[in-house]
Amino acid sequence: MIGEGTQSTNQRRHTFVRDHVEVGFFTDPTVCIGCKACEVACKEWNEVPDDGFTWTGNSYDNTGHLGASTWRHVLFLEQDRQKGGQIVGSHSLGNGPEADPFRWVFLSDVCKHCEEAGCLEACPTGSIVRTETGTVFTQDDVCNGCGYCVVSCPFGVIDRRPAPLPDAGGAFKCTFCYDRQKSGLVPACAKVCPTESIVFGRLDDLRARATQRVNELHQHGYDDAQLYDPTETSVRGIHAFFLILGEPEAYGLPPKPQVPTIYLKSAWTAAFATAIASLIVTLLAFAFSS
Amino acid sequence: MNTPASEQRLEQLREKAWQEGVVPGRGVDVVGGPIPRKPGYYGQPVVKPPVWTWEVPLYFFFGGIGGMSAVIAFGAVLFHQVDLARAAMWSAAVAGAVLSPILLIMDLGRPHLFLNMLRVFKHRSAMSMGAWILTAFGTCVVSGSIALELHAHEIIPGALGQLLRVAAGIFISGAAILGTLLATYTGVLIGATAIPAWFLHRTLLPIHFGTAGLGSAAAVLELLGHRIAALNSLGFYAATVELALLVWLSIDKYGAADRAIHEHGTGWQIRIGEVLNGPLALVLRFFGFIPLAALSFLIGALVSRIGWIGVGKVSGSDPESVFAAERY
Repeated sequence: MIGEGTQSTNQRRHTFVRDHVEVGFFTDPTVCIGCKACEVACKEWNEVPDDGFTWTGNSYDNTGHLGASTWRHVLFLEQDRQKGGQIVGSHSLGNGPEADPFRWVFLSDVCKHCEEAGCLEACPTGSIVRTETGTVFTQDDVCNGCGYCVVSCPFGVIDRRPAPLPDAGGAFKCTFCYDRQKSGLVPACAKVCPTESIVFGRLDDLRARATQRVNELHQHGYDDAQLYDPTETSVRGIHAFFLILGEPEAYGLPPKPQVPTIYLKSAWTAAFATAIASLIVTLLAFAFSS
Repeated sequence: MNTPASEQRLEQLREKAWQEGVVPGRGVDVVGGPIPRKPGYYGQPVVKPPVWTWEVPLYFFFGGIGGMSAVIAFGAVLFHQVDLARAAMWSAAVAGAVLSPILLIMDLGRPHLFLNMLRVFKHRSAMSMGAWILTAFGTCVVSGSIALELHAHEIIPGALGQLLRVAAGIFISGAAILGTLLATYTGVLIGATAIPAWFLHRTLLPIHFGTAGLGSAAAVLELLGHRIAALNSLGFYAATVELALLVWLSIDKYGAADRAIHEHGTGWQIRIGEVLNGPLALVLRFFGFIPLAALSFLIGALVSRIGWIGVGKVSGSDPESVFAAERY
């Protein structure tokens, strides 16, 4: 909780890997200040290369989107809506007819570490695996860069790193700082977050904490605060889940993400039907012509 | 002085801003106020478009020809048309066992690690299944071709020669079964993804890729000079199915979810391809212009494959398509 200081799960050493405890990230935009320390800490610890400086013109977000060389991405939303009980307006004070509501929302986006992960299912080399703590990890030395995980992720997270960047050709995404976790350390982004907008901890603890936080926000007038954790779809929940204000679409989050393996049955049925039809038609063509 | 690349880039941007007063951004949206009006998050893609390049549609094309050539070889062997069987096995070997693996390996980000595909067997990954199908198919086709050639030239006489005949039969049967899968699994491969224009047409894609493969295999043999009734029938069959698929694709619309197919240039590539291997090939064949019909079908099969990969790139980059597709 905020104010726990050194007792916070973000600061304590842990034995989650050894004890096979499901871990997660809970990211809360209502306390995020948009400092991007998580992006910097992630790049530094994981030695993720610089993938170019681009002026996007999209608010203060010049990172753009998650990708092979961007594993944390702070979103800067500009919305013509009120944030909680905030009073804003260039024409008048209060919320009268002339009110001109505006809010700035920051959210640190990351790989969701799905319960049913599209990338992991798709990977033909076994490079992508699930760790003891339930997170999804890519083994760079195994990946041969086939690119099938890229189109299999319902959140558009994982991507193939283009040349001439270091280790080009392989697919990369957030590792949940598996190396740090194995040594009992907290992932770099959570460790460095100055407001504990990113919280690392046991998944069940975090889910309880998130529900409590949403209730708290509703009491404070944040009527559109909700959790983004698609447990009802075929993804069956995510290890890195978010509190969001308003609709998920505005954050580039699909409201109902599906793991693509659910499409296999109908596609293979059509394939087998075509295969059998082709065999039969070929044999018939020869039978009738000879 | 040794300045890092990032600092150099920053200097370039400052210089440009100094000279021109402004550095043009990609996402600036100032019409009517500060609130961005693009769909989703500043119009950023929600899913990632495919990173695949020109090798993949070519692989789909040659994989289709190779796989279905083995089916034709199987039919020819069963009905004692040895010349046609030999030509079909050559076609299967060149397209399916040589060109296909080369193209597949070329498309990898790290081609030297291609053997890692055979570390695991995952029935829930169409890419893994494809790698195994291609490997098994290649083995059967190469062994079957060698056995068939040795048998046809009667190099080895007696009991051993008879054994060779049996071996050729087994390998060619195996190649035929695996060949049908090689030609159709590519439809499953792109159908079971997060790309809206692809997964919405996941039943059409394997039928299209498989049938286009069968028609292309027959067309190649016809262009090699094998003008027989059986191949002509297969040409009629494939072109008729492709015509039906063209109609199906024109009716089966999903609004914004698959608008890449119906409103974008790459969608036109698919339709042009389908016209070439559907109605046009059918009409040409009906009036007896067999080489032209075969050529039209082959070009159509290739153009349509290129179109389907292109549509995936457009559809994957469109956030509204992803949101719209969730209703289906």
